[in-house]
Parts: sequence; structure tokens; C-alpha cells
Amino acid sequence: MAGVTYKTRQLRRRYIERAFATIAVAGAALWLIANLIKSPTQFFEVTFTGLSNGILYALIALGYTLVYGIIELINFAHGDLFMLGGLFSAHFITLWFGQKVPSAVGWGVLALCLIAVMVFCATINVAIERFAYRRLRRAPKLAPLITAVGMSFILQFVGLRWNGSGQKIWPSLLPSGNLSIFGVRLPYTTIISFAITIPVLLVLTYIVTRTKQGKAMRATAQDQDASRLMGINVDRTISFTFGLGGALAGAAGLLFEQTRGLTSYNLGFQLGLIAFTAAVMGGIGNLQGAVLGAIIIGLIQGLNDGLPIGLGQQWSNTVVFSILILLMVFKPTGLLGKPTTEKV
Amino acid sequence: MAILTRKKSASKKRKAPASQRTWSIGFLTLAVAIYIFYTYIVPHSPQGFQDQIQTWFPPSALNEALVWVIAALGLNIVVGYAGLLDLGFVAFWAIGGYTAGWFMSGFFYQLNIHFGSESPKHFPGIHFSFWIVLLLGALICAFFGILIGAPTLRLKSDYLAIVTLGFGEIIPQVFVNGENIHGFNLSNGTKGISPVDNIGLFGKRLGPFDLNYKYMIFVFMAALMVFISLRLRSGRLGRAWLAIREDELAASMMGVPLMKTKLSAYAVGAISGGLAGVAYATHVNGIFAERFQFSISIILLAMVVLGGMGNVWGVMVGALLIAWVNSTGLPAVGNEINSTFNTNINFPSYTFLIFGGLLILMMLFRREGILPESRLKMVLHETDDEIRNEEPHEFISEEEAL
Repeated sequence: MAGVTYKTRQLRRRYIERAFATIAVAGAALWLIANLIKSPTQFFEVTFTGLSNGILYALIALGYTLVYGIIELINFAHGDLFMLGGLFSAHFITLWFGQKVPSAVGWGVLALCLIAVMVFCATINVAIERFAYRRLRRAPKLAPLITAVGMSFILQFVGLRWNGSGQKIWPSLLPSGNLSIFGVRLPYTTIISFAITIPVLLVLTYIVTRTKQGKAMRATAQDQDASRLMGINVDRTISFTFGLGGALAGAAGLLFEQTRGLTSYNLGFQLGLIAFTAAVMGGIGNLQGAVLGAIIIGLIQGLNDGLPIGLGQQWSNTVVFSILILLMVFKPTGLLGKPTTEKV
Repeated sequence: MAILTRKKSASKKRKAPASQRTWSIGFLTLAVAIYIFYTYIVPHSPQGFQDQIQTWFPPSALNEALVWVIAALGLNIVVGYAGLLDLGFVAFWAIGGYTAGWFMSGFFYQLNIHFGSESPKHFPGIHFSFWIVLLLGALICAFFGILIGAPTLRLKSDYLAIVTLGFGEIIPQVFVNGENIHGFNLSNGTKGISPVDNIGLFGKRLGPFDLNYKYMIFVFMAALMVFISLRLRSGRLGRAWLAIREDELAASMMGVPLMKTKLSAYAVGAISGGLAGVAYATHVNGIFAERFQFSISIILLAMVVLGGMGNVWGVMVGALLIAWVNSTGLPAVGNEINSTFNTNINFPSYTFLIFGGLLILMMLFRREGILPESRLKMVLHETDDEIRNEEPHEFISEEEAL
């Protein structure tokens, strides 16, 4: 008898959850259609902006998810690493190389800067791992988490020193203006950021799925001790993962600095939070999930901020986090995450 | 299991836990001594000494530190006792603050409700007595604690941390944007609600500069929180919390109702956050939406961790210390150094570096905090004497306990 009631309760719970999810999705669809009818061009423009935001978030979210996947640590300092990447690119391009307007030389400097900033951020991330997190690998979870918060503060301090307490505006090397398709204006900057991000993501996928180092990463993520027994250098693999995450954050920093043209010391916190949310939304530890979650969050944010019928930009975080909380309630593993059972 | 296998640490001499009676006497003595010091000794001492006190230990900083103590003690119940990581504690602080803003000021000027308040009867707005507002703030926060806790406490620790973080971002944003929600002014937006009524005490209306009276009230509230924490900890609920902190699965096998126990930790923590919010509103005589930032949640967490998770006295020391460093310690030390060495360094701008460095160094070298709780210390250092590459599965459950 008891088993039956438990089963019916489970069933009822699932029905309620399904019904709720259907209503939510239907409401969202209705809202989108209403907006589409009201002003189609704006709808497509906003969607495109949302996508380009999403792909930027994806670069940061991948760093979170890579690190979480391998050592189960929420690396709070990651967002600030992105901020430092932006600062580095701004100084590299504008002050050190003196490039202020789009030109042929500018493209070269941009490519050089992409490599430099990736190396810069990867080095910082590896150093952080080496000096702080590595010693705490066997410690209870709270210890590395708080260390990460401390690291985030230190990176913010560096940013504060480097950038000053206010926002700084920088010239962009990317051509301004729009590509117009059927009256829908798509800015060149966002198209270029797609052109930079997608190859970076492809290279990452290649590294993780096809190379020996990637195999070592996946093995270490599954079971550190077993992979150590198989002859994998776990420390080096974890360092490599941190480097990879850092490089992605650096690329994101460069993109953000060039497309938005601003730097600020506390930028990393806000974007890092959103990117982390994206990683959780997709199922943390899952690379495709991070990209999917980031694009969804970028879209939600873009649509909410830009559509004529919407809550507007000042509610952007509330919308994002409300959706996160709802998702956590109904699907705690994230969109693509696999349910795990707790080991005894 | 851990305690049995770790003979070395178990055989170490441990201090007897502070007895219930001695702490109250000690606390009272210290509180009264500080009160006498500020009310009777400082005003009659030479001017130079008074100035020194004003730069190093001003009474308003003391009051603010006490507000932090109240909130940190609440977070200690959630993080230190029950082992649930909460990164959005600022939400409860904000809700408590706005409770004071709504029920203790002329904000709702359309209404004219007075209840037990010392403010003149012709003032428009809702004016409740401070004590009733404390109760209200606690109730509202407990409600929100349960509201956010009930659906999310099933989650694993990291996900829970993120949900609380999201909650801590949503609530302040609601207050920042709350100026016009479909024409209704909920929070007056970034302008905030100011002034908040003064505290009424035995028919006397305290002015905003009656710091000594406020000190008494805040000390009383902190003592209440200490009392609640200590009593709960030794009771059935507290032992259930510790069991969950150390091993959730084992605790549920032993018949600890997980949801109920976690929810009550959340509710009690939220209550103290609400109390701190109301106290803070009366301390700064207003409530301003933009002060409720993520950094408050982090500073509170730092207080709990630095002082010693799970140990009420440690948390209190941590909270007083960090609050003091934040408000007066750093600028005062900076001025001293600048004038001695004839330098010109802006010390408060190093806050980030000092905080970050402190957190990292504490985690690397003294994880258990300044005044550690003996039980937690054992868990935290359990892995230290293990050889690193040894079979780790024995203590995986202890690792996950936090």
C-alpha cells in the first residue's frame, strides 16, 4: 500500500511539473509571438544581439564548466579573469600598439592581441591554481570555494589599480556600421565576434574530444585516482584545464572590450555571475550544455532588454535568476546534465 | 567513525564547552563594561584620549559591528551548523531593512497608522513600535527563507549556493527598481526610505545620536542570537543540523528528517538576517537599495569562516574584527602609518587586496578559523596526515560533509 501511494505521489508530482513547464513555455512562446507581430525587424535585431551576447557568455561559461567538471570547484575568480583580459586587450591595442581606428594593421594587431591575451589569462589562471587551489584539493569543499572568492577580490584589486575606479571608454578596431538584410540591421561588430568565437569553440571541442590531453582531462574529471593509476599526470592535466579556461576568458575579454568599447574593474563579477548561471543551466561540467545555456541566457536577456513588450533592462538579472531558480526546482541537473546518485 | 579512527586528535586535550551560565555572566560583564566606558569614562577623560577613541573605536562603528554580529550569527546557523552554503544572505538583510522602512516611517504617507510608537500621532505613514517591527521583520524573513528554501533544499550543495546567490541578486534588484511596479511605489527606488523612526524605549524617544541606548539594544539582540544559537545547538534540532553537516546521507538513515531540519536552519538564519536588517535601518536612520550588494553576503561569509564556523564566539570575534577593519580599522591604521612614515597611501583602496589575501591565507593555513569549533576542526584536518596518494575512499563522505 505504502509503495502505491508513493508511486502515485511521484506521478502526481511529475504531472504538476509537466503542466507547469508547459504553461511556462507556452507563455514564453505567446510573448515572443506578440512581439514578433508588433515589430518584426526589432525582433530579429534583438534576437541577433541576444545571440552574440550568448556566444560571449559561452566563452566565459566554458571556463567555469571546465574547472567545475574537473575539480568540482566554482571558480569565482573566473569572471574577474575575463575582466583582466579585457583590460589587457585595451592596453595592448590602444596604448602599446597605438591602434585606434579600423585598418589593415589593426587586424594584425587584433590577431596578435587575441593570442597574447589568451596566453596572459591562461598564465594567471594556471598560477592561481598552482599556488592556491592545488593545496586545497583534498580539503572540504568550502575551503577552495572561499579561496576562490578571495582570489576574485585580489583580481578585482588588480583591476582597480590598473583601470581606476570608474568605467573607461576605448576605441574599437572593428568597423562600425551595419549589414542590412531585409531591413534588419546586423552590426559588423557582432558578426565579427561570431567569426572569432566559433573557431575558438571548434578548437576547444577538438582539444577536448580528439587529443590525448583532452582524453586525460575527461579521465581526470571522471576519477582522479583511477586516472593516476593509468599513468595520467593529474596535476598537469588540471593545470592544463585551468589554462584552457583562462584562455577562453581572455578571448572573451578581448571580444567584450572591442565590441562594447569599455572596461571596468567590477565588470567581471556581473558577467561572471551570468556566465556561471549559464553553465549551471546547461548542466555544469557539460561543455555543450554550457554553450547552450549561455546562448539561452543571452537570448533571454537580449529579448527582455530589447523587445517592445518586455520588462526592460533594469529587470534583466531578475528575469535571468528567476528562470535559473525555476529550472533548478524542476530540473536540478540542468538542461543537459546527467542525474548523479550520491556515493556512500 | 572519523572520531574513532583519528586517535591522535581525539586524545588531544580539549577544552570543556563553555557552560550555559558562565557565558551569560561573561557576556553581560563585558557589555556593561563597554557601556560604562563609553557613557561615563570617555566623556570625563582628557580631550586627547577622547579623540583617540573617536578615531580608533567610535561608538557608531561599535553599533554597526553589532549589527554585523547579529547577521553573522544567523549565517553561522545556516553555514556553520547545518553546512548549507548560502551566498545570498544579503536578501534577508534587505527584506528586514525594508520591513523597518515600511512599518516605521512616513513612507506610506497615504496612511496614518500608529501602534505603540513614540512618534507624534499626527505624522502620516505607518508607525509601529521598534519591537513590533523586529518581530514583523523576523516573521517576514522567516517566510521568505522557507519560500526560497522549500523548493530548492533538495539540491546538492553547489546548486543550492547558486540558487541562494540568485535570490540574493533578485531581492535587491526588486528594491532598486521598486519605485514603480505598475504604478505602485514599493521601495522608493534608489532614493531609499529615509528617515526611519527612532527607537522608542520605555516611553522615551531616542534621538539619532543616542548611540549608547542603541548599543544596549543591539547588545541585547546579539545576546538573544547567541542564546538562541547555543540553546538550539545543544538541543535535538542542533544535533540534527550537525549530523546533516557531517553526513547528510547517514543522518537521513538515522531518521533525521532532512527537509524539515534544513528548512528550520534556513528559517532561523533568515530571522536573524531580518533582525539585523531592522537594526541596520535604525542604525543608519534609513534604508537605501543600492547598499545591498553581493559583497555583503561575502563579507558575512568571511566573518563566519574567519571566526570559526560553528562556534558562536568565533563568529562573534570574526564579525567584530572584520566590521571594525572595514569601518574604522583600515583608515585609522592607514592614517597612522601615513603620518609616521610621511607617506601618502590611500589605505581603504586596499580593502580588496586585504580581504582577498586574508581569506586565501586563512584557507591555506588555518582553515578552522580564529576560534575553531573542536568537532569541525577534526573534520577539517582529517586529511592532513593522510599520504596524498593513498586510497582516498575512506574519507570521501567526510569531505562531502561540508
